[in-house]
Amino acid sequence: SEPPPPGFDAFVELPRVCFWGGAEVRAVGNADPGRGRHRFRPPAHSRSDWIGPPDPDSNLRPIIFYAPPGESALERRLREARQEAQASNQRFWARHNRAFRQEKEEFIYSRLKAKGLEVRDESGHKATLNAEEMADFYKDFLSKNLKKHLQYNRDWYKRNFRITFLMGQVALVRALRWLRWRKKNVEQ
Amino acid sequence: MSAAGRCCPPRALAGLFVWRLRNTGVPQIPCQFVHLYHVANNRLITFQYFNFLKRMYVTQCNKDLRQRAKPKVDSIVSPFHELQQLDQEKKIVHKNSPVSPVHQSGSETSSINELRETKSAVRTEDSIIHVGAESKEDRQWKEMKLRLDDLPGILARLSKIKLTALVVSTTSAGFAMAPVPFELTCFLLASIGTGLASCAANSINQFFEVPFDSNMNRTKNRPLVRGQISPLLAVCFAASCGIPGIALLTLGVNPLTGALGAFNIFLYTCCYTPLKRMSIANTWVGAVVGAIPPMMGWTAATGSLDAGALLLGGILYSWQFPHFNALSWGLREDYSRGGYCMMSVTHPGLCRRVALRHCLALIGLSTVAPVLDVTTWTFPIISLPINLYISYLGFRFYRDADRSSSRKLFFCSLWHLPMLLLVMFTCKKSVLEKEDKGDLPGGSHQTAMEIRLP
Repeated sequence: SEPPPPGFDAFVELPRVCFWGGAEVRAVGNADPGRGRHRFRPPAHSRSDWIGPPDPDSNLRPIIFYAPPGESALERRLREARQEAQASNQRFWARHNRAFRQEKEEFIYSRLKAKGLEVRDESGHKATLNAEEMADFYKDFLSKNLKKHLQYNRDWYKRNFRITFLMGQVALVRALRWLRWRKKNVEQ
Repeated sequence: MSAAGRCCPPRALAGLFVWRLRNTGVPQIPCQFVHLYHVANNRLITFQYFNFLKRMYVTQCNKDLRQRAKPKVDSIVSPFHELQQLDQEKKIVHKNSPVSPVHQSGSETSSINELRETKSAVRTEDSIIHVGAESKEDRQWKEMKLRLDDLPGILARLSKIKLTALVVSTTSAGFAMAPVPFELTCFLLASIGTGLASCAANSINQFFEVPFDSNMNRTKNRPLVRGQISPLLAVCFAASCGIPGIALLTLGVNPLTGALGAFNIFLYTCCYTPLKRMSIANTWVGAVVGAIPPMMGWTAATGSLDAGALLLGGILYSWQFPHFNALSWGLREDYSRGGYCMMSVTHPGLCRRVALRHCLALIGLSTVAPVLDVTTWTFPIISLPINLYISYLGFRFYRDADRSSSRKLFFCSLWHLPMLLLVMFTCKKSVLEKEDKGDLPGGSHQTAMEIRLP
């Protein structure tokens, strides 16, 4: 009987034609700016995506996407959409969280200065303000960034819907292909 | 002995340790680690190479070592147990030396490849420590492959099963408080339908909030954030819960309950969830979302939305404020950074005022209950102590505005609600009393079970 359609995991694996080391795949995989630092390489025979620990800046988990050798145009669109969304989310949150940390430091510093205290006390520990004192900062930060968040929310919802819809299409196509293959096999 | 020395059925072990067939055409890859597992009772030895994880089976039959590549058993079974590896890596060093003698003693039939690999494994002992640091980060990378045995746990977390259970219990309370004879099938259908609707709503909520959940400590371990499930599957699960759930309510109970259920799902997913990032009005919308389930329980029993249903809804509505406002007080940093518009961040004074206001409203609503014939007059009297206590804590929160008062109020709200509902149920106005007065509402039920209340 003929081999199963490529890209469908439930059957005996096809011999690997394209490894992770394939230049095109790797270039695509590392297209995101924030991912150059990932030294992790998924195993050569793995045919799924791999998800990593949360990024220290953005708190988002990076994904290394798998591009199968017989990737259709639809599957490629899906993968690229996911990569683009990942890159965009990474950029936004990394920048946003860095800004938060920095502004928080500045706020603490200015408040301590106003109170006449030093940033580090006698024991060398960093002096902190309690939650009530920080409340002004939190309120201020939220209102400053509200517009940015509204824009990001719109983008994120659009992307999320698009990606999920593409996933649905890909799953449907694969299921139909599998059914056709199964039917052919049964007939033989 | 390795941790795999505990007794397991061979197939399960095979499932744990199966890997890919080694393509003999591929040149020898120098290995960095070698594991030796000797499972005495199963006579199975596996070699595991860490570059990256090629395994073969070597079986020992009658003192011969024979290399046999075992075919992949099951794609569904988890191919690689990272947690086990975590423990066993430390045992690598002292495992390496026994390999050679064991191997050489029975090596007439074992392949030359294995001897070579074993020797290179011993050589690479030194590189173990260096590789260990790198592989610590590598170990945190997980394959995004859905494992069927993990699925129930994942779906439970996706549907926020504990919250769903609480919602179903408020629905049951609404059903129990309805002044009609108790009907078990209707009760079960209403509970299951509401539970399914709640699962659907929670799953969609998590589907919408992935990057935000990643950035908040409370929610960063959710399944979609960790990539344990794909967004498509989350949506499919939501649909497969929501559609049967609402259908069950509409067809099995009554259309009014179904409509309320559908409306609640819409309110939660399409109003509350996006509104959380736009305006503080989300808290009020969320309170309505919490108030609807007991009303659904009531309409399931009686078929109509009367004053008693609104009262129960009102009690749950008012309860949400001390509960949520107190909780949000401790999460201000995360909300601020995550971009959530909550009263505790933007209008802290209002936050505390509203919490106190609604604690006092609970006292008022408890007093209205006997007026509407939902309970007897003992209810406001018995519930007064707990209502006064939560109001007192609400007042402390209003005045002190600090972490400890907010925590006290939050934890009080957790036991206050179940206790209030319980007291309400015990003070429920007897159905028989109503019958005597000649104003029994609702239609007649063939298989009615009448509850006699004190």
